[in-house]
Amino acid sequence: MSELLAFFSERRGEIASLTLQHVFLVAAATAIAAAVGIPLGVALARRPRLARPVLAACNVVQTIPSLALFGFLIPVPLLGGIGARTAIVALTLYSLLPILRNTHAGIVSVDPAVSEAATGLGMTARQKLLSVELPLALPVVLAGLRIAVVVGVGLATIAAAIGAGGLGVLIYRGVATVDNRLILAGAIPAALLALFLDFLLGLFERRWRRTA
Amino acid sequence: MPGRPVLDGLTLSVAPGEVVALVGPSGCGKTTALKLVNRLLEPDGGTIRVFGKPAGEEDPVALRRRIGYVIQEAGLFPHRTVEENVETVPRLLGWPAPRRRDRSEELLAMVGLPASEFARRYPRELSGGQRQRVGVARALAADPPLLLMDEPFGALDPIARRGIQKEFRAWRARLTAAALLVTHDLAEAFRLADRIAVLNDGRVRQVGTREDLVERPADAFVRELVQDFAS
Repeated sequence: MSELLAFFSERRGEIASLTLQHVFLVAAATAIAAAVGIPLGVALARRPRLARPVLAACNVVQTIPSLALFGFLIPVPLLGGIGARTAIVALTLYSLLPILRNTHAGIVSVDPAVSEAATGLGMTARQKLLSVELPLALPVVLAGLRIAVVVGVGLATIAAAIGAGGLGVLIYRGVATVDNRLILAGAIPAALLALFLDFLLGLFERRWRRTA
Repeated sequence: MPGRPVLDGLTLSVAPGEVVALVGPSGCGKTTALKLVNRLLEPDGGTIRVFGKPAGEEDPVALRRRIGYVIQEAGLFPHRTVEENVETVPRLLGWPAPRRRDRSEELLAMVGLPASEFARRYPRELSGGQRQRVGVARALAADPPLLLMDEPFGALDPIARRGIQKEFRAWRARLTAAALLVTHDLAEAFRLADRIAVLNDGRVRQVGTREDLVERPADAFVRELVQDFAS
């Protein structure tokens, strides 16, 4: 154990910079997925007939094995290639489903009486969305975001396979050299990162639930 | 739904200061009639005139801000306090904060929920009757000349219901607004309304005062409806 700690301590500079890379990959992917998924989820809630096929398509993306998806994206022009950009595209695709699905579910679950009151009192569609529907859906949206982030932290370790960096670099190197210490130097920070982000977002979610 | 229209040949007017009740069994089109007034629904034909102008020519959002709207179960915003709920329309109309505050305190006092005690509460911390009172206060906040009420007290137990009905008559005495009330309960209609329109199958069977309906029912349907009230 102390040997392992010494090993980590020797490499703390590298672990720290890879962790930062890792956070960057997940943050960029989650931000893009939220920027696309939240408006799309709202739009789908308004068009029930479109909701099913779109959610099903996102579900299909979710079933593609992540390593395969990273591989598929390498030859794609503009989005693909070797490096962080491809990884962010793939992670975005995976993060999209939980965010989209939860936004849709959150908006659809707003009490129809509340929604009718908002319109009946003279709110425009935009006012109703921003001051009634989204605030009421927010705990569910946040729960989706939380799932996307936690899953993203795990998936991002695979991004090292296509040269995107992140904590996966240590894991791959450890696997290649049959060095468990290296694997753990990547895996433990990744797990702690996932737990920490889960805790942080859970805090926001609960705080909002309490006031809402 | 293709086929039979929900409402057909409905002609009804409400004068300033008057309360008119739409009464009928569920599915008779009374809620539809109400929602045509604030353009939550659009008619397939015919004209609805509100404040002397065809409703269809007005901007629906501006129109709704001049019409108070009370619905069953109140439809309060669960993430907003009582005070914020009451101030909804004044806020939409851009009233300054002190004026909004004064108005909501005045209305909360009127509906028996003093602001000092209730303003900061959330709807879930209120009883059904209290929520309904807040719903009425919210509808009256911007002093609308017309009030639409859709089964406003329908979800309450009989005792709470009688209480709020009695109070509604007292509030009315202080208001100049006209009101259109939808209810399936004829007793409520008699208690609250000046005139009653009886609807069945999307058609008006009779419009009149309590006395008209009880003494001179227009047809068998109305006669059966009012039989408990005949002396």
